[in-house]
Parts: sequence; structure tokens; C-alpha cells
Amino acid sequence: MTIPAQPAPEATEPLLKVEGLVKHFPIVKGLLRRQTGAVRAVDGLDFDVRAGETLGVVGESGCGKSTMGRLITRLLEPTAGKIEFEGRDITHLGVAGMRPMRRDVQMIFQDPYSSLNPRHTVGTIVGAPFRLQGITPEGGVKKEVQRLLELVGLNPEHYNRYPHEFSGGQRQRIGIARALALKPRLVVADEPVSALDVSIQAQVVNLLDDLQEELGLTYVIIAHDLSVIRHVSDRIAVMYLGKIVELADRTSLYERPMHPYTTALLSAVPVPDPGRRVKRERILLKGDVPSPISPPAGCRFHTRCWKATEVCRTDEPRLLAPRAGHQVACHHPENAPGTPEPVTEGAGA
Amino acid sequence: MTAPLHDTGPADAGAAPVTDGLPAKAIEGRSPWRIAWTRLKRDKFALAGGVVVLLLILVAILAPVIVGLLGHPPNEYHEELIDPLSSTPKAAWGGINSDFLFGAEPVNGRDVFSRVVYGARVSLLVAFLAAVVAVVIGTVFGIVAGYFGGWVDAVVSRVMDLLLAFPQLLFIIALVSVVPNSLWGLTGSGVRMAVLIAVIGFFGWPYVGRIVRGQTLSLREREYVEAARSLGAGRLYILFRELLPNLVAPITVYATLMIPTNVLTEAALSFLGAGVKPPTASWGQMLSKAVTTYEGDPMFMIIPGLAIFVTVLAFNLFGDGVRDALDPKGSR
Repeated sequence: MTIPAQPAPEATEPLLKVEGLVKHFPIVKGLLRRQTGAVRAVDGLDFDVRAGETLGVVGESGCGKSTMGRLITRLLEPTAGKIEFEGRDITHLGVAGMRPMRRDVQMIFQDPYSSLNPRHTVGTIVGAPFRLQGITPEGGVKKEVQRLLELVGLNPEHYNRYPHEFSGGQRQRIGIARALALKPRLVVADEPVSALDVSIQAQVVNLLDDLQEELGLTYVIIAHDLSVIRHVSDRIAVMYLGKIVELADRTSLYERPMHPYTTALLSAVPVPDPGRRVKRERILLKGDVPSPISPPAGCRFHTRCWKATEVCRTDEPRLLAPRAGHQVACHHPENAPGTPEPVTEGAGA
Repeated sequence: MTAPLHDTGPADAGAAPVTDGLPAKAIEGRSPWRIAWTRLKRDKFALAGGVVVLLLILVAILAPVIVGLLGHPPNEYHEELIDPLSSTPKAAWGGINSDFLFGAEPVNGRDVFSRVVYGARVSLLVAFLAAVVAVVIGTVFGIVAGYFGGWVDAVVSRVMDLLLAFPQLLFIIALVSVVPNSLWGLTGSGVRMAVLIAVIGFFGWPYVGRIVRGQTLSLREREYVEAARSLGAGRLYILFRELLPNLVAPITVYATLMIPTNVLTEAALSFLGAGVKPPTASWGQMLSKAVTTYEGDPMFMIIPGLAIFVTVLAFNLFGDGVRDALDPKGSR
């Protein structure tokens, strides 16, 4: 396979750098639209994405992972914090200021039934990036669109067809073709496969994988499915209630998770081999995710954590790196250096 | 990605081009409009309505030709046909014969056929143009209110509520009595028609506006709007390129169903003397004249009444058909 020269991830400056990113959605009441509170969807994120890598983001529904994706693609205006793309601050750029940046940052959407305009043909949809950016590709828009359709495994003859004439998996491929039209550097995929059948999920995941090798893309993939994330990611961020609780290399995270929440999540992944199932201890989290309108003080996970102590109720743990390349925000991390043996089961894989 | 698993499923089975068993000809997508048209063609009542609508439009456009071939000039008096005692036509059935197809008008003996044909012009012109006015204003305000929300939406919505609660018939009657005889370079009946179009259209837009606003509220949350924004699209592009094409269907349906209402409103206003000025023919005006002579000459009341009835029925059947064709799930 021909792989374009990819810069070694460690050597370069991060492609995307996020510092203290916050998004609060105001809750307004009454005639005067007074603000009575805020949904703290994203509440202080720090991470970076290196060129050529895939960062997976996991978490329960409502933990703010989709909001995070829409903040870094600047579909939403951040409340606070800083987003840098290739060293350039894009935190508060307007529609016009952001337009040239759109070529480099693209998004793949969750629902292939709502992400394609039913009144536009495939040609119009995939050709829209060129029209909006005022670019005429070599050989004309039509030829380029057909090349893109072929790239994502669709018949280029279907240029004049409408979205309703395609299956869910094919529609998602159209969405991918649109996202790749401008040859972006960074692609943010928000639950790219969760709306698809399991058999189709594998195809789309493999397509994303192949395209990354072919085009040297950098991905931020948001998902709630741990097996999908494990399959695609180089590094993984685990989110809980608007915060990153753990951020680590894939192997490190799956084999020696440090945050109790990650441990609980991993223990919930079904094991295909019934023989191994008995050895596993499933951790069932009690209660619901607290409301992001008034998140708990101290560690946000303390209401459901079996290891919580007094310090967890009062002090918010910071995201630290007890091991190289493994950051965790916990007062009582598991598998911390010095612990002799990994306790978890994920290591068996 | 450094994922080791690459054996999941047959490698890109869905990647194979979609083959529908179609012969190898240029692939043409079936647009939503084409599908609606196929559905409409299967609806017999809608088709019958559509044919009548087309005929009516032709009659209105070709009125001078039709009258020239089959009738007498609409304002020509034929007092010789009228019995001076009863002021109704001498002959039975309102004077219907091969020369006067719909009979003669009481008192002055004008050709009823010619007046009905010319009346179609007034009726349809006012109804169509008023619908156009309502659709244009309603679409613009509806889409803006729905997309931008906030105080814009609040203001537009309250204005629409206000207009819907307004006693429009009384207002129009009052307005017509104060409108000067010449306005905007028009005179006589032209002024009255322009006023009717403007006023009926103006009071009609909130109905369109509400529908468009509601649809926009739901459409703007679709991911394709976000996709357009993520490609750098501005507000105008999103409003007119992404949202408007999806609003054309409900707007079309509402416009076709608004025309018969406008026909009725115009007839009612003419009946009440607030319509076009005599001697210009209009159906409502004929009805109001017939009120004084209906005992001696019922045909003069029945014929313009039938004209209104057929027009409204045809537009309604056609409009219902269009609605079913564009929206088979009835999700409105």
C-alpha cells in the first residue's frame, strides 16, 4: 500500500490544541429571558491531537462528546477556552474568518438520513464544498465528484441520484465523500457508525481506516461503542459529565485503565468467548449520570464511584499523568505505577 | 490507524456499485418531484380537477377569442330580449338559446355567457395574484422567523396572530370605500383589482407564514444544515439553497388550496359591492344582481353560482391531490 510520508506523531507540534474548553448552554426563563442556569455540556477540556493519529472519544450519552466535536469544528461558539489549529487561534473566528479553515477541518455526521439534503442530488451534495469554497478542481467539479464517489466505494454513475435511493451505509459513504472533498487535514467524525447496522459498521470503519492511510488524515472519532473505538483509535479520551477523566494510548487504556469509570465501562463490553466470561467481574454502576445543570462538587464521578472517599467529594482531581502517555483525573487511580499486577480483564485480549 | 483487525466482514461488500438490475444506460435519479408526479397521475379526482383548472385558465386567457366566437360583447345591451313589465328575459329558462348560450341578463339583456367568461378573468387573476402575494410575504417572514428564532420569531409570530384575528372582510369593505379612483397609474376596475389582490394577499400571508415557520423550525435542526455550515456556508445559502427546496412542497400545497378560498373571498366582496366596479363583469356581482330578480329568472342566479362552485371544487380536488402526492404519509 502506498502511504504518503506521515510525520512521526511525537516529533511535530500538535495539529489541534485545546485548552480549558468550556461550553455552557444557558437556560432562560420567562418573558424577559433571564438566564436561570446553564447546562454545562463541556466544562474544561485540555487535549491535543497530533497529525496523522486517531483520537477516540468515548463516554455515555450526554457527557458532552458531541458538543466537543461541534466546538472543535466551530459549529458552536465556545463559552471559554482556546482552540488552536496548526498554531492558529480559531476559538472565536466568525463565519467569514472560519471559511478558509473549513478546508482543513471537516466533519462526518451521525445520522446518514438527516445529514444529506433530500432535495439535492448526490452530485450537488458532494460538489457543494467546491461551490461554497469557490474552488474549481482540476478537470471540473463533476469529474472530481465522481472520483470522490469512487474513492468511497460508490458507483460514480450515481451522480444524479437522490439520497433516498441509497441505503444507510451508502449514504454514510456519501457523507464521507463530502467531508473529504476539500482534502482536509483533520476530520471529526461524530458517531460515524452508530446509526448503521453492525455488518455495515465494519465496512464504514474499514473505509475510514483505508482513507486515513491513503490520504494521511487525522481523525477525532466520537463514539459510545468501545469496540469501535478500540478498533480505530491510537489514543482514547474518556469523558464523563463534560470532562475528560482519562486520556491514554489505546493499549495502555484497555489493558491498564486507571480511572474507575473507565474500568466500569470496559467491564461492560461483552466478551465473545463464553469460556472467559466467568473470570470476569462486571462492575455495575449504580444510579444515573448526575444532571449537567448542577454537576456534583469535587470529582464528578464520586456519586457513583465505589472508591470515593472524603477528598473526592471536596477536591476536584486534576488531569495528571502518573504514567508516561497516560493521563487520568482521579484521586485513587487503579493500576497506578507501583501496583504489581494489572487487575483488569481487558489484558487477556 | 494502527488497528490490527482488518478481517471484519467481507472487505467492503457494500462498496460494490448499486446494481438494481437496470440496463446499462445513463443513471438518472428519481427526484422527489418526479415521484410526486407519478403519484398524482394515479389520482383520478385530482387529475379531473387539474383538467378543469387548466380549462378555466385557458378560458380566462382566451376570453376575447371565446366571446368573439360564441357570444356577444359583454357590455352590449340587448333590451329587445327583455320583457319590460317583469324586466326578465321574455323567453323561458332565462333566455337560453343557441345565440345566448347562458341566456340574457335581466333589465339590460347583456349576454350572460360573455359575462361569465370575462368574470373568470377577474376571479382567477385576483385569486392567483393574491395567493402569490401571500406566498411571497409568508415564505420570507416564515423562514426568517423559523431560522433565526429569538426576538425575530416572537415579533413575526405576534404580527401573524394579530392579522389572523383581524376582521378582514369589514376592513376591506371600509378600505375600498376610501380608495381613490386612480392609483399607481391604474384607473377604475384596475384600482379595485389591485386593492383586492394586495389586501387578500396581505391577510393571507400569516397562514403561509405559520406553516413555513413550523417547517423551518424542524428543518433547521437537520444535520445537513450543520454540514453546510461546516463547509463554510453563510446564512443566505442555508436559507435559500438548503431549506427553501424542502419548503417548496408544503408551500405549493398551501398555495393551491388558498386559491379557491381567494375565489370565494373575491366573490363575497363583489357581492357586497366592494369588488371590481361595474360594468366590469364578476361572478359575485352577478349573484348580487340576481338577488332582485331570482323569482322571475332563477337561471341568472344559478349560472354564476355554478361557475364559482365548479372553480372552487376543481381547485380543491387538485390541491388535495397535490398534497397527497407530495406528502403520502400525511405528516402535516
